Amino acid sequence: MPDREKGKLRILLGYAAGVGKTYRMLEEAQQAKRAGRDVVVGYFEPHGRKDTIAKTEGLEIVPRRKIDYRGREFEEMDTDAILRRNPELCAVDEFPHTNIPGSARSKRWEDVMVLIDAGIDVLTTMNIQHLESLNDQIREITGVAVRETIPDWVVKQAEEVVLIDLPPRALLNRLQRGVIYGTEKAQRALDNFFKEPALAALREMALRQTAHEVEIRQGEENVRSHHTEPEVRERILIHVTESPASVGLIRRGRRVADYLKADCFAVGVMPSPDPIALEQHLEFARKLHIETRVLEGRNAAETLVDFARRNAVTQIFLSKPPKRQFPFLGARNVAMDVVRLAKDRQVTVVAERNKAVG
Amino acid sequence: MADTERRRPDPDRLLKQVEAEERNTSQGHLKIFLGYASGVGKSLRMLDEGRRRKLRGQDVVIAATQACASPEAQQIIDSMEVIPPSCVNGIPAIDMDALLRRHPSVCLIDGLAYRNPPGSKHPQRWQDVEELRKAGISVITSINIQYIAERQLEIERIRGKSVSDSVPESFIQTADEIEVVDATPEYCATRSIEGDEQRQLSELREIALVLAADVVDHQLEEYLQHQGSTQVYGAQERILVCVTPRSSAREMIHRARRQADRFHGDLYVVYVEQDGLNEADQRLIRENLDYAHEAKARVELLSGDDPTEAILDFASKHGVTQIFVGHSNQNGWAGRLRANPVERLIMEADGIDVRVFPNETVNA
Repeated sequence: MPDREKGKLRILLGYAAGVGKTYRMLEEAQQAKRAGRDVVVGYFEPHGRKDTIAKTEGLEIVPRRKIDYRGREFEEMDTDAILRRNPELCAVDEFPHTNIPGSARSKRWEDVMVLIDAGIDVLTTMNIQHLESLNDQIREITGVAVRETIPDWVVKQAEEVVLIDLPPRALLNRLQRGVIYGTEKAQRALDNFFKEPALAALREMALRQTAHEVEIRQGEENVRSHHTEPEVRERILIHVTESPASVGLIRRGRRVADYLKADCFAVGVMPSPDPIALEQHLEFARKLHIETRVLEGRNAAETLVDFARRNAVTQIFLSKPPKRQFPFLGARNVAMDVVRLAKDRQVTVVAERNKAVG
Repeated sequence: MADTERRRPDPDRLLKQVEAEERNTSQGHLKIFLGYASGVGKSLRMLDEGRRRKLRGQDVVIAATQACASPEAQQIIDSMEVIPPSCVNGIPAIDMDALLRRHPSVCLIDGLAYRNPPGSKHPQRWQDVEELRKAGISVITSINIQYIAERQLEIERIRGKSVSDSVPESFIQTADEIEVVDATPEYCATRSIEGDEQRQLSELREIALVLAADVVDHQLEEYLQHQGSTQVYGAQERILVCVTPRSSAREMIHRARRQADRFHGDLYVVYVEQDGLNEADQRLIRENLDYAHEAKARVELLSGDDPTEAILDFASKHGVTQIFVGHSNQNGWAGRLRANPVERLIMEADGIDVRVFPNETVNA
């Protein structure tokens, strides 16, 4: 028998809890069922919402798997049971969820990929704040560091991304009426995450991200531009160091490279005062599907610029040096040295975007 | 929040905001459901919102419906109070007199872009809505992106056909809330669509999403300024290109335009005016600024003794997220002791990326 074709992934994208993602997911599952497809719900999070629970009526729900962790019982999606059941379409809520230790895979999106590989179509939900490359900006807007993130390349696997929209005021009204959380939890949510301007900013990001997802699925030839001549493909080099700022730099570099459809690689220079931290940052880059290299050189700036020239790098991405090194009498800074040395290249000095909390 | 990355409020905008606020207090609320194609589900979402509001005890009536409603939509219509349309020469229009007499707190109007029959109170339906809002009646309505006047040329180019009805975008901007009704093209078509049509619809979808994002951005900015807040969220990319006679301005503007397009962002080009430029340099600057205009950038001339300061000031006022600038030519031994202008820009641009470009005359 030939291999079954891969399943299709459809993501319903929102910007906050309560905009109606789960509801819409179940509604679409119902529609698919009415259209005669073999549908199951692999996981859904009722949050005690009546309307949402009512939407599951008549849908087959695959029971969750129970997992013991430190003497307590947790429930996770039962990926093996879904594989055995082998439906055409499976609805899976909360794409960015992190599984309890002891699960076969640490992330729900990894479970979803297993279903997709087995030829099952998956309908899933996520919020914009879980997109890895926006993590620093989100933290600046909301003051909350989101830990459950999804690498951008995973979202790219989706055949379709659909926006679930709701104006912030309507969302706040729902919260106040206790539709989304119980009233007590709602008040806490209102005090913290659910500030109207922050919601508006998140919503704007979700709208723009969906527009981008729509655009990249239209194909290369169709990208709207004022210039029609073919572009030279850009090659972006991200300079990774032991500094914690590297994480934000990698995210930003990845995002710009994706938007410009550029090649992207991350380079560290040894010796480093903290080789373990440097390696961790390179590992983070690899998780975002960025190719990494480690170079040797006493003078990091010269080593980088030399590498950039030999490898036809068009743009070098660097972290902004900390303010206290300025003015830099004596002690030189690598970023500033690169700016001075690489006058024949584009050099982008990336500012920190999450100062609000940091 | 941090005290970096602040935008300074502009007094003129504050005044406009206060005026807008005064208008708003007595006015009916306007909510618009925006879709990119018929069949995307705007009518149903609008009617469903009316139904839910009625359940919560609000006084809701229906003032206009589409000629042929889906069974689901018809079910909601049948459960609600409908103000029957008046007819002029057999063409229906909202019965404004009856509606104003009835004076509900909320009225549903399906299809904002509708040309009223000759002899009606207003030629266009959106003008009816304007009057209803002035009378303190809130309106929930729906519109398809192809009816927004300013977008019509672009959409005609994509679709290859034109529509005659239109609503000015400035009216859309007065809405208190805009909700996007999004779906993939396959989802809203009743028949199977393919290739070209699919791509056309997908382009319209992108336009609708970006339009909504722009409206949100605009409202967010006004809200923040009204609150006296100068916080910048950077949800929209805004690129600022600084041109000088030595910089390869065309290359920078070209790249910036492309990047702004990809990010659906804004593009600014500035030149900090300097004394003592020779004629050739002055001509170069003029040519580059012309090119910037062609690239649809917002072009501004800045002045100030300290160019770095002038650029940073502009960037902070406009919520810029990326600055494009040419490499500095100052590289002598003095540069070892003192930061050159580009280095100062990098150090002092808080929360803004600085992308430094090779100058035309430099060879590796």
